[in-house]
Amino acid sequence: MQTLSRRTLFGAAAGLGAASLARPALAQARWPARPVTMICPWAAGGGTDAVLRIIAAGLERELGQPFNVVNRTGGNGVVGHAAIASAQPDGYTLGMLTSEICMLHWQGLTQITYRDYTPLALVNFDPAGVQVNANSPWQTIQQCADAIKASRPGQLKASGTGQGGIWHLALGGWLVAMGLRPDHVRWVPSTGAAPAMQDLAAGGLDLTTNSVVEARAMLDAGRARSLVVMGPQRLAVWPDIPTLKESLNLDWTAGAWRGIAGPRNLPQEVQDAMSGALKRVYEGNEYKEFMNARGFGLLWGDAQGFARHLEEQDRSLGEAMRAAGLARA
Amino acid sequence: MQNLIEGAALVAAPDVLVAILASAIYGLVIGALPGLTATMATALLVPVTFYLSPIAAVATIITASAMAIFSGDIPGCLLRIPGTPASAAYTDEAYAMTRKGQAETALGICLWFSALGGIFGTLALMVVAPALAEIALSFSTFEYFWMALLGLMCATLVARSSPVKAIAAMLIGLLIACIGMENPAGTPRFTFGLSDLLGGVEVIPALVGVFAVAQVMRALLMPEPPPLPRRRFGSILAGQWGLTRRYPKQLMRGNTIGVIVGVLPGAGADMAAWISYATSKKFSKEQAKYGTGHPEGLVESGAANNSAVASSWVPALLFGIPGDTITAIAIGVLYMKGLNPGPTLFTENASSMYALYLIFILANIIMIPFGIMMIRTSTLVLRAPRAAVMPVILLLCAVGAYAIGNNPFAVLLVALFGCLGFVMERNGYPVAAMVLGIVMGSMVEQSFVSSLIKSDGSLLPFVERPISGLLAALTFTALLWPVGVWVVQRLRGRRLRPSGAAE
Repeated sequence: MQTLSRRTLFGAAAGLGAASLARPALAQARWPARPVTMICPWAAGGGTDAVLRIIAAGLERELGQPFNVVNRTGGNGVVGHAAIASAQPDGYTLGMLTSEICMLHWQGLTQITYRDYTPLALVNFDPAGVQVNANSPWQTIQQCADAIKASRPGQLKASGTGQGGIWHLALGGWLVAMGLRPDHVRWVPSTGAAPAMQDLAAGGLDLTTNSVVEARAMLDAGRARSLVVMGPQRLAVWPDIPTLKESLNLDWTAGAWRGIAGPRNLPQEVQDAMSGALKRVYEGNEYKEFMNARGFGLLWGDAQGFARHLEEQDRSLGEAMRAAGLARA
Repeated sequence: MQNLIEGAALVAAPDVLVAILASAIYGLVIGALPGLTATMATALLVPVTFYLSPIAAVATIITASAMAIFSGDIPGCLLRIPGTPASAAYTDEAYAMTRKGQAETALGICLWFSALGGIFGTLALMVVAPALAEIALSFSTFEYFWMALLGLMCATLVARSSPVKAIAAMLIGLLIACIGMENPAGTPRFTFGLSDLLGGVEVIPALVGVFAVAQVMRALLMPEPPPLPRRRFGSILAGQWGLTRRYPKQLMRGNTIGVIVGVLPGAGADMAAWISYATSKKFSKEQAKYGTGHPEGLVESGAANNSAVASSWVPALLFGIPGDTITAIAIGVLYMKGLNPGPTLFTENASSMYALYLIFILANIIMIPFGIMMIRTSTLVLRAPRAAVMPVILLLCAVGAYAIGNNPFAVLLVALFGCLGFVMERNGYPVAAMVLGIVMGSMVEQSFVSSLIKSDGSLLPFVERPISGLLAALTFTALLWPVGVWVVQRLRGRRLRPSGAAE
């Protein structure tokens, strides 16, 4: 009796084991077999949310299953990023990574790094700009750079985001590239790019280093001017704004970016299906038109390209944060 | 004129009209349910707007937010649970009217003056948007500091308890506003290693907790209040015209404060309601009646928060700067639909702009019949057994807190704030003052520290800049007024006392 029951148990266990082994295999063959959740670490209505929703709509058409965007906000992006990293790696929970993932761990705010993800594709890059008030005497970036070099340390004031945010690092890196101390221009922390642009227009600041797209409404209103973009090439929407390389011959680039990723150890089938689908969505007209209409910068990186980008960004942002005395880890 | 007609044609499209009607009902229901807020109503609309035409998409946001801000007054009035932060300033007043058996008048005031305020705000948006935008743009962090400080001082004015307890409650709110890393130094404070606290404590979970959950907890302990006499629910609009005639000054002052505060990015409807309620009380001839169910303050602040809703769109439309959490979401939708904010929206897309104005006016007009229906339906709550109402409210609070960020931590926060609110209320500390502290705290700190960084530590620019100096003078007058009154009374008292002693 005992052996029999043991055998039955064993058989049942083997059967269960086989079944549980067989299930992912079957699911993998037909991924996605059910709706996929896409986690957005930032609030509904924001830029990241908009980009992710456009991509999710494209993936839905490509792969024939609903891709539902879920906003997991809180903790300055930590909560949503953590939710993507800790999801089951079955391909049914993916999400969007933003620049913060290469910054938060340097500040000691989370244990999670880019290594906790399976990168799938980089879909956007918004380089930092340099914006001045429309009444500012600086017409070109050369004049602005000369004025900065001639100024006392801390005399000029800049803003664009909070202390240690991506635009703060963009400014610090630019100053270092010009041979100055990273805090030569004093940083005035703000709660975001919009209030910084408002303060620039109100005459409270000398310059802002947020992205050009975030300055767009003020540029259109004729209240501010953009002098430079800190990206590898000029922006499609603003072809008149030069890059740092061509105007000041500096190699510094900085910007906010967004990419699609899943938790670590994503099945190969999911990676293959996603990379094909994401490439088609990225190259589709709908995505291009949307990004150009909003002024978001287009930059593509496939799974390997995004992985390299993450590694490179993690290093350079880490260095910039250490130089500015913002890193803790 | 051509643009106006084109705009009207855009609004008259069947899909836009359907969108307005559907989102009106949606906004009214969400706003009226305790625990579900106007911000949540707007956030949940974003995925829907994806599938709508540009005008219809914006129409849903405008209509739903205007309706939700009004109907947030309903649970405030009937159950003492404000539906939105904008209603928190005068919840006690409205509830006091309900306990006096004047629920229909109180709700009627909220409805009628909300609609009037909304229409006034829209007219201001139409006529003086560029001028208003100039005001908004002349505000630097120095001016914001004084504005936020003035807002904080309202804490002692609106509370009926002792000023010391009101200030203590406000300080608790300021302490809570310190949590997180959204501070000028970008350093995490009081997070206890919890990543959920890095972003700080949002106003909505705090508000839902201290008002709704604490109210449910009180209901558990208190015996059922004597049922309101069963009588036919009176007319909602009757008497509103009389009140309009009686308080024209208050109405206009509320409208104006609402428009000006709404235009300032980051201030919005909540601050407008607080400041106008406090102003109303300060200048009233019947100050003692405030808090006992007196319509005057309701008239003024009810109008103010709705006119602020419209005018907070000015910086959003002209410069892409959000006036409050609702317009922050709306800007995203505008961009997604190719209606990029900026002055070009007014020139190249003028017909769309007129369509937006018309939607605002339409929304505020249909608010009246829809609002009456909503009020009639929701007053049934007064007759429903409390044992049935309270669990539903608790459930809604949890759902509402969760739905904004899909973060279970928010539900926990609501529960914690419920306990805190309950204890404070029991000991006579006004929870509204604490909510005000949370709303204003980060603004006071952020604007003060950034101003000091900009001025290299000098305090002079705080009073040097023209608008800043004016606001500083206002703040100090408001601050020193009670002291002055006290000194005058003391002096008079001393003169009187010798004669008394000689007797």
